[in-house]
Amino acid sequence: MIIDVNFVGLIIASIMASAVPLILASCGELITERSGVLNLGVEGMMIIGAISGFALMTVTGSLIIAVFGAMLAGVLISTIFAFLTQTLITNHVATGLALTIFGIGISAMIGKNFVGIPGKEFPVIFESLKDTIPLLSPILFGHSIVFYFAFALPFITSYFLKKTKIGLIVRAVGDSPEAASNQGINVKLVRYSCILYGGAMCGLAGAYLSMIYTPQWIENMTGGRGWIALALVVFSTWNPIKILIGAMIFGGLTIIQFHMQAIGVRIPVQFLTALPYIVTIIVLVVISRDSRKIRLSTPSSLGKSFYKDN
Amino acid sequence: MIKIVKRDQPSRAIFFLTPVLAIFLTLVAGGLIFYILGFKPFEALKFFFIVPIADKYGFSELLLKATPLCLIAIGLSFCFKSNNWNIGAEGQLTFGAIVSGGVALLFYEQEGFYILPIVILAGAIGGMLYASIPAILKTYFNTNEILVSLMLVYVSKLILDYLVVGPWSNPEGFNFPETRQFSDSARLPLLFEGLRIHAGIFLALAAVVISWFVFYKTYLGFQMKVSGFSLKTAKYAGYKGKKMIVLVFLISGACAGLAGVGEITGPIGQLHREVSPDYGFTAIIVAFLGRLHPVGIIFASLVVAITYLGAETAQIFMQIPKYTGQVFQGMILFFLLASDYLLFFKFKFTGSKK
Repeated sequence: MIIDVNFVGLIIASIMASAVPLILASCGELITERSGVLNLGVEGMMIIGAISGFALMTVTGSLIIAVFGAMLAGVLISTIFAFLTQTLITNHVATGLALTIFGIGISAMIGKNFVGIPGKEFPVIFESLKDTIPLLSPILFGHSIVFYFAFALPFITSYFLKKTKIGLIVRAVGDSPEAASNQGINVKLVRYSCILYGGAMCGLAGAYLSMIYTPQWIENMTGGRGWIALALVVFSTWNPIKILIGAMIFGGLTIIQFHMQAIGVRIPVQFLTALPYIVTIIVLVVISRDSRKIRLSTPSSLGKSFYKDN
Repeated sequence: MIKIVKRDQPSRAIFFLTPVLAIFLTLVAGGLIFYILGFKPFEALKFFFIVPIADKYGFSELLLKATPLCLIAIGLSFCFKSNNWNIGAEGQLTFGAIVSGGVALLFYEQEGFYILPIVILAGAIGGMLYASIPAILKTYFNTNEILVSLMLVYVSKLILDYLVVGPWSNPEGFNFPETRQFSDSARLPLLFEGLRIHAGIFLALAAVVISWFVFYKTYLGFQMKVSGFSLKTAKYAGYKGKKMIVLVFLISGACAGLAGVGEITGPIGQLHREVSPDYGFTAIIVAFLGRLHPVGIIFASLVVAITYLGAETAQIFMQIPKYTGQVFQGMILFFLLASDYLLFFKFKFTGSKK
């Protein structure tokens, strides 16, 4: 059997494409969690981003307005979460769940008039280089700008957390809000910013789905990706580079599913669709078994409210 | 000058009043949303909250929807009281429906008084089995129960889909994704002629009574309460934490499984793809709105059940998408959590500035 290297390249590229929304949402949530806030509303923020991006693109015709509008929508919806958890000191888990339920409802309400409308083509870059290098060309060239941004994001995030002063402040707030507060750091401000940033990235992840990956609006189109993104953050033990690996594994599972159906493997389609969820559980078990390691890498104040009496 | 002061102790009166406040605020915000969408707010709210339950049939539908919500929420309150975040009740419901549906199909075209109890028991066991996965993974492998229980929701729906499309599909069903109709002996009896309300409501009421007894009269209830306040204290007191975690998950799994039985042996009468319109998720809101108190949960399940009916009526009469129900559900929880602020803080009016 002759294996066409370009075909292999294409498969890898399609795995990467399906990993993009996971990387974006996970890297956003990772920053939020590093500041000590557990936002379970990822799925809700993503779906809001998806409908906002698609609706703005259809109405204004501008891709730039649509992409930034989706990020802004993510920021706006996460502001509700930030206000509730930081100003009104509500429980992170319950508030995040409310955000997801609310987001799915609102998106379907807005999206009613956008069902069945075809999407627009999103421009790709470096397309002329597509046939230059065997195997590598399809992987490296001819993708959207969001694709390249997503693969740079884990490295940017890692640099930000390790090497910049603000990154250090975020980690300090997440590990010990009391100590950080005593040092004169405004814990509330830092956490607000991290939540809104997470919202922006989830919004972008959603916009990628509805504008680039499957360019159309389908109700509930995130289909649990937000929850897998949350699981990826645990998988990565809060290390952005490992998010890249995890997202590729899950992207791979999604793509393999299509190819196995195409070559006629006799496994029920439902089993293949369930695979990413089952693998998530198995991976979580393997990662979490070592409770000492998890305890060392988890931001110490994750999910705990911080209230300063003054 | 208004100052915000922390209360020395959470106010008990406000604890039970804030859910009412939350519902009121949701109505106000809902009216606003309808106004933005171009409807007359009061008329829209009337269609949403009053028209659906104005007659006998509507009231029966209300109880029909409130039954699974109440049952699941009672189960979830065992978990939430003890700080266990089981958010996969929807999966436990689905798996309970699968197991009990499978048993009901075994008795296809058979009659006998013993069939229904077996089917009901099978559903409870199915729910318990499914809930035991996140419980055991949490206790013995330290795995996050939120993510595991949620992932299992997707898996359960795919299992159901596989069964009703494939091996369990009705041989005479023209390839519709559904099983055969259960025999009458495997169906919960209807309470009134012509109305859909069925005997499943007694399961919910029994759960209310039993949970009240467990919460307030038993040692387990006390342990759950202490663990909910502080896990450290619970450990210090020497409670067997792991056993309790598994137990509360099993209880809530059984309740969700029973809710699944109620749906398929009550109004549906067979297995198909959509055994539950997300009752398992909505019940989380019901549990909080009812303050994890059995009686509170009864009221909360009735209030939240209206959002289901209202969404349907609003869709028919005003072409408002049925997802509006979810928007209302999300808002109720937001406002409830927000008004909790009043529990811990109070506004103090001071005469002088400063």
